[in-house]
Amino acid sequence: MSRQALEGVKVLEIAFIGVTPMTCKLLADQGAEVVRIESKTRLDYLRTSGPYVDGIVSIEHSPTTPSLHSNKYGITLNLKHPKGIEIAKKLAAWADVVANGFTTGTLEKMGLGYDDLKKDNPDLIMFSCNTFGRTSPLSSFPSTGIQITGLTGLSQITGWPDRGPSAIGYYTDFCVPHFNFASVLAALDYRRRTGKGQHLDLSHIETSIYCLAPAIMDYAVNGREFRRQGNRSPSAAPHGAYQCKGEDRWCAIAVSTDEEWASFCKVIGNPEWTEDPKFSTLLNRKRNEYELDRHVEEWTMSRTAHEVMKLMVAAGISAGVVQNGEEVFKDPQLAHYGFQQMMFYPGMHKEYPTQLPFGRLTKTPVKARRPSPMLGEHTDYICTQILGIPDEEFVQLMADGVFD
Amino acid sequence: MTGEPMLAPYRVLDLTNEWGFLCGRLLGDFGADVIKIEKPCGDPSRNIGPFFRDNPDSQKSLYWFFYNANKRGITLDIETADGKEIFKKLIKTVDFVLESFEPGYMDKLGLGYSALSEINPRIILTSITPFGQTGPYSTIKPSDIAAMALCGWMYQCGDEDRPPVRIGLPQAYVQGAAQAVGGTLAAHYYRETTGEGQHYDAAAFPWLAYIHQNHVWWYASKKYSTRHGPRWEWTGRPISRYVWECKDGYIAFAVLGGNFGLSQKALVDWMDTEGMAPDFMKEIKWTELDFDKVTQEFRDRFEEPIVKFFKLHTRAEIFHEAVKRRIVLLPIYSPKDMLESPELNARGYWIPVEHPELGTAITYPGAFFKSSETAWSMRRRAPFIGEHNEEIYTGELGLSKQELAMLKQGNII
Repeated sequence: MSRQALEGVKVLEIAFIGVTPMTCKLLADQGAEVVRIESKTRLDYLRTSGPYVDGIVSIEHSPTTPSLHSNKYGITLNLKHPKGIEIAKKLAAWADVVANGFTTGTLEKMGLGYDDLKKDNPDLIMFSCNTFGRTSPLSSFPSTGIQITGLTGLSQITGWPDRGPSAIGYYTDFCVPHFNFASVLAALDYRRRTGKGQHLDLSHIETSIYCLAPAIMDYAVNGREFRRQGNRSPSAAPHGAYQCKGEDRWCAIAVSTDEEWASFCKVIGNPEWTEDPKFSTLLNRKRNEYELDRHVEEWTMSRTAHEVMKLMVAAGISAGVVQNGEEVFKDPQLAHYGFQQMMFYPGMHKEYPTQLPFGRLTKTPVKARRPSPMLGEHTDYICTQILGIPDEEFVQLMADGVFD
Repeated sequence: MTGEPMLAPYRVLDLTNEWGFLCGRLLGDFGADVIKIEKPCGDPSRNIGPFFRDNPDSQKSLYWFFYNANKRGITLDIETADGKEIFKKLIKTVDFVLESFEPGYMDKLGLGYSALSEINPRIILTSITPFGQTGPYSTIKPSDIAAMALCGWMYQCGDEDRPPVRIGLPQAYVQGAAQAVGGTLAAHYYRETTGEGQHYDAAAFPWLAYIHQNHVWWYASKKYSTRHGPRWEWTGRPISRYVWECKDGYIAFAVLGGNFGLSQKALVDWMDTEGMAPDFMKEIKWTELDFDKVTQEFRDRFEEPIVKFFKLHTRAEIFHEAVKRRIVLLPIYSPKDMLESPELNARGYWIPVEHPELGTAITYPGAFFKSSETAWSMRRRAPFIGEHNEEIYTGELGLSKQELAMLKQGNII
């Protein structure tokens, strides 16, 4: 029924794993037409990563691929073949936006750098996104979110004061796409008004640091190194994840104001300890926080995490169950926003979820229009319909291994 | 770089608190004229630390400085009749409104989307909240920790023998606000195509749930990952160390096979030059190794020799050798390390931002993009309370100085 926000925007994605593909998914979910290039000989790492759906080890059963590429078209190209390069160039000439997720030099060596592509598409918007940025001395040094969470300090600030930094997965992979997405849209507006394209150069590190900038300024100004502090907050107590009934079940609770503290005490039945002056003010609760946490946990331990959350939320206190994978999958708020979308995957011969990780543009909602493509699923369509390559030529190209 | 900033023609009214600051900040970085609106007594978010020279003064919050730079600032109480009228006048002049009040607050004041769009049909109203404008969680009082718990992130983060932890600084704030920039600009693209504005319910929660794969993995395998301190669990694979101690700190590295096998082989080769690569590690064909198929025991076997090896070297040595040999690893940095890092200084990332009132410049993270055509720029430090009242109310809205004085005394601005 309704039109989507980015209908008519054409995007070519030359990238792998997470950050740049996710950026293109954000564009695709809003209605942009995204063509993703893959290689049959050099498979995307995530196509070969489990836990495989139904335990079937195949490139169409990776659980992560459907999350990252829904709403895109997929073509396979052999970029070692000159005709493969030629088709990539044609697609870049078709596109409004080319997304480059490789280290500096990779596309340039193949004649697919911005300066080359601009010749056939003078107002092209290209964004290149890698670890350090294109002009860094380390611009050709590869890494993934696993390493970048380290260099950006996010791992360093997470965990406990008496222990080392915590593993936080590839967290930065989920910070960078917002910056890419916004930059591309700003560039589209600039092009609409001025007729000029541009080459945007974004770094995983330089964008992710915006997520913890005040800690860096604290060092720059006050010489203070951020200390890991578990779940502590300078402006709330109790503040943490408290153990509840059951195996490894927890509920997060945050109590900030006096009013919230009074409600909290009421919810837990005003036990005697809450009247102790040690806990009467925020400052006192902060001073005696270990003891406070033990008291709180005495109460939470005999209740389920969901019960704790329900009671706290009803009393106007911020709380949330530390949800596991199954609970997140079935989460009612996420369902309300249509987060999980079941789609039929021909490669899996079954329905499988993709996600629409977005709030709601009330007039132009995000939609799951098509599932993540099978490897090379749209090669034929893209070549013959989008690029207008005649059928006979397409068959010849296939025979020449251009799509391998 | 000759062009004007990408969003130079546009104006934004920013009514947000910490849940939305970054959205206006980034629009400002793209060149939009962002006007931060605060209550006459100042935004409570000015009390978020750290503070300049540890002086807990609401005009000296470093948090406020960073996330409200590139904005002008006015005071206005939109709960008052005069405040509403002025706000409505402003609405005629702007392209975007950002707010992060509790759901329904703007409607209650008669300033919801339908009211604003009557005044300015092209307006885009972006409402940033942790959980969304509607749905069963929309009434939960916002906190970073509740959002990071419910979204499933904390389930995977922290030590086995302690409670799950959130990331050390509130990430739900910045994730939600950063995502809202793209959504707002998508709405803008649509507006420029069709002439229609809209209301954007920028809920952070769906994206927060997207930042981990536990729900996907559960659906695929009916298993999910839990927390392991410096190690990380990718469901279905052996638990793998991501944080490694070295002689003088830590590094971030993961043993991976397949596409990353060459990096792993390069590390084993380096270990071998120092006689520290066990034979079984030299024999492994890393590029063919599939970590979905190996056992925990197998993985644990080669963790120990690497742990020993890294402990004998400094972080700088390891990083230097990694770059030379293309071993995919990076040092784990603290804020101090980041400020001193030659890698980050090479692109001129850290910039001094003048704070004349404090008699000094403060080092900020700088450009988050570079471009062949347009420049990122830090045009102004964050505003003081009501700093641009006169400039905007008398200079742009045409109120007289006397009226301004009355509004001040009426606690409206």
